[in-house]
Amino acid sequence: MTTFLGMPATAPRGVGHLRGDQTFPRAAREALQNPQLRRNLRHATTTIRGKSGRVIAELPDWQHLRDAGSAIKADVMSRLPDLLVQLEEKVTAAGGVVHWAADANEANAIVTGLVKATGSERVIKVKSMATQEIGLNEALEAAGIAPVETDLAELIVQLGDDRPSHILVPAIHRNRSEIREIFLKAMPGVDPALTDDPPVLAAAARRYLRETFLSTTVAVSGANFAIADTGTLGVVESEGNGRMCLTLPDTLITVMGIEKVLPTWRDLEVFLQLLPRASTGERMNPYTTMWTGITPGDGPQSFHLVLLDNGRSAVLADPAGRSALHCIRCSACLNVCPVYERTGGHSYGSVYPGPIGAVLSPQLTGIADNASLPFASSLCGACFDACPVKIDIPSMLVHLRNQAPHPAAEKAAMVTAARIMDRPRLYASAQRAAKTARIAGRRGRGLPPPLSAWTAGRDLPEFPKQTFRDWWAQR
Amino acid sequence: MRIAFFATCLADTLFPEAAKATVRLLERLGHEVVFPFEQTCCGQMHINTGYQKEALPLVRRYASVFDPYDVIVVPSGSCAGSIRHQHTMVASAHGDAGLASRSASVAARTYELSELLVDVLEIEDVGAYYPHRVTYHPTCHSLRMTRVGDKPLRLLRRVRGIDLVELPEAEQCCGFGGTFAIKNAETSMAMLADKMTNIVSTGADLCTAGDSSCLMHIGGGLSRLRSGVRTVHLAEILASTESS
Amino acid sequence: MSSRDLILDRVRAALRDAPVVPDVPRDYRPAGTNKADLDVLVDRLVDYKAQVYRVTSAEVAATVAGLVGEGGAVLVPPGLPAPWRPEGAFADDGLTPDRIAAADAVLTAAAVAVAETGTIVLDASPDQGRRIITLLPDVHIIVLRPSQVVASVPDAIAHLDGTRPLTWISGPSATSDIELNRVEGVHGPRHLHVLLLTD
Repeated sequence: MTTFLGMPATAPRGVGHLRGDQTFPRAAREALQNPQLRRNLRHATTTIRGKSGRVIAELPDWQHLRDAGSAIKADVMSRLPDLLVQLEEKVTAAGGVVHWAADANEANAIVTGLVKATGSERVIKVKSMATQEIGLNEALEAAGIAPVETDLAELIVQLGDDRPSHILVPAIHRNRSEIREIFLKAMPGVDPALTDDPPVLAAAARRYLRETFLSTTVAVSGANFAIADTGTLGVVESEGNGRMCLTLPDTLITVMGIEKVLPTWRDLEVFLQLLPRASTGERMNPYTTMWTGITPGDGPQSFHLVLLDNGRSAVLADPAGRSALHCIRCSACLNVCPVYERTGGHSYGSVYPGPIGAVLSPQLTGIADNASLPFASSLCGACFDACPVKIDIPSMLVHLRNQAPHPAAEKAAMVTAARIMDRPRLYASAQRAAKTARIAGRRGRGLPPPLSAWTAGRDLPEFPKQTFRDWWAQR
Repeated sequence: MRIAFFATCLADTLFPEAAKATVRLLERLGHEVVFPFEQTCCGQMHINTGYQKEALPLVRRYASVFDPYDVIVVPSGSCAGSIRHQHTMVASAHGDAGLASRSASVAARTYELSELLVDVLEIEDVGAYYPHRVTYHPTCHSLRMTRVGDKPLRLLRRVRGIDLVELPEAEQCCGFGGTFAIKNAETSMAMLADKMTNIVSTGADLCTAGDSSCLMHIGGGLSRLRSGVRTVHLAEILASTESS
Repeated sequence: MSSRDLILDRVRAALRDAPVVPDVPRDYRPAGTNKADLDVLVDRLVDYKAQVYRVTSAEVAATVAGLVGEGGAVLVPPGLPAPWRPEGAFADDGLTPDRIAAADAVLTAAAVAVAETGTIVLDASPDQGRRIITLLPDVHIIVLRPSQVVASVPDAIAHLDGTRPLTWISGPSATSDIELNRVEGVHGPRHLHVLLLTD
């Protein structure tokens, strides 16, 4: 594929974590055979659905907030170039340095270079989807810099040499006793008498990271939003690891997707209501830090903002797909998705799992590299109802399926079926032929692939003696 | 009232009892039912599997076959949803503005069965009698696409003799999803397994819904399990009377 | 071509269809809709496992001393109102992180509080201090004037200057990362006490 300078481009191959190494059905098969994973996911998603539902019900204007959130995001996309330039001006005026990264490779090179320039051999990291997406940790390690994930769930994933499986809670696939095992095995200096009581596990992480927070001079973060008219950035978090990273080091490097910009300070009044309730099911998350450039005497005195494209311009180029960029990474769609609940996040291959991942990842990479993801949904629509910014994920899945490459045999069958269905007399004959064929044996057992996938666990209905239209004709 | 009946390809071919029941019910309520023979399929399977170009003739067929009628009924929340939310999109995506506007117009006159009864005919007690223990599964497309709300339940509650029991986690997808049930068969089966557990836990003899497609999936699983629980379309319950 | 120009060109090219976007509907409850309800604030704070005390200004110092215990080292920002300051407290004058972390508690004022969400916002004013001083000690005690409490998030946004360093605090440090249940006490202060003034 040739790309022309200045034309929207997808995320490059060979770097980052947007592509899995097997198709969704294949990866899901493994996950479905893990009963512990199923129990963990079911427990966690059921808990969060209940919590979120209760706090959303408290707000009489939730639907109005969703409408506003959706419209603000659409407005942002429509004038993204101007807002990015405005943001750059404001951040620069406040003492920050803005960098532009066309793709993952460039972003990794920028961040690595900035860290090297400080002389630090270690960075502390706040959980960030953008840096996961671009594979920043691997790039830093390759340059001899140790990235330390400080979010509890990210720490669990990092210590367990595992992959994140959820946008908000990357270790959602682990239960307390598995977390205890991981800590006992991989956390230096951990108390061997560690129990699996969650407060005890949290305290172990606190002790383990305290010294690292105090002695590391560079932090890398993502951002939940950036305000164009003030240059303000924000990180929404729970544990205080974000505050540590955003406050203690001398240098702060923030990597942010270009779609995260918001026009005005006032717009936060919408998103700070939508995000916590849809995300962790809290009225407000424990901590949110907002900073504008640098503040003399308070916090990092060197601030770099890396604005990342990495396929976002390609998503933006599709009018029927661009609203995937409205996502505020709350993960409500994952928590309500019956497919995610059973297959877990790893099955999606990309760092963006669940319904939003099924529409975002194929658009970021180009559909050919994630062709099975748009089909990883029963189109039940629960994600659309749960989305705080009203992204119509089911319609977008249908749209992407229409762009996906199809297996030749399936295509032939679908073309034939459509032809028959557009010819009522042929259609009626085909109905009768199907009825008399009955080659499949009793209740369909013994059908050839791909129909055998149906009969592996489900009987076919008995063919009726007469179709409806034959009955009607005889009346 | 003169009502055009879109039987859906699935009910026409595999579940004629649901289609016949719809006709019997509406005629019993004093309405004239018309079945245009040129109808076939709404094209949803093609649209949802990524074959919009192939679906376009079916979208056109639906619009032209049903355009002459003021009220059209479909015994499927899913097909009604496709007609209402996808037909115009497919027509527009293929640059056929004329078809898009005709599709929108016909879609606005197309009702899922419970909508027709409750909203258009303004009836909840259809005079049905059905002495069985029944649980109702609200199908995803009837719930979140066509948005029939509690209309099917309001109709069921007025059925005489029925023992209507609540289905736990009712709003969870059964795992059908059209070709999803084939392309992601294992995941589909995992979803179905949980749905069946919930159905069986109610002690119901029958599980009903407004979509033959989901019922085919659920019924196929229940049959394979030899659970003893059968499936029945909402129309069949509403069409039943003491004399039938 | 610089990456900046490249990205901006790409984004402009992506928007060639010139999407028309309607005005943002702001039919939600805007700032000024409701008066703040202190009982709601207290309810939310308690729900987050924060401790709330209703005291007069004159009782602040003694209450803090009681919370910290005899000999407890209380850190205060340089601009904290003098009458609130408990005996023996030490002020931040550019202390090292180690000295700050060694404090048993930090006592600050606040900029604004949101009743509906139980959130207290610090804006690094002189009575609140640098962000680091409210982060490292294990106990954070906040004095809140009733006049600083607003009803909702939009009210708070209207009150705040976005360009100041802001810390929004809703209860003590917590995590939901283990089985999605909220557990209090990770990296930030594990104890949050709120002294709500009655005068």
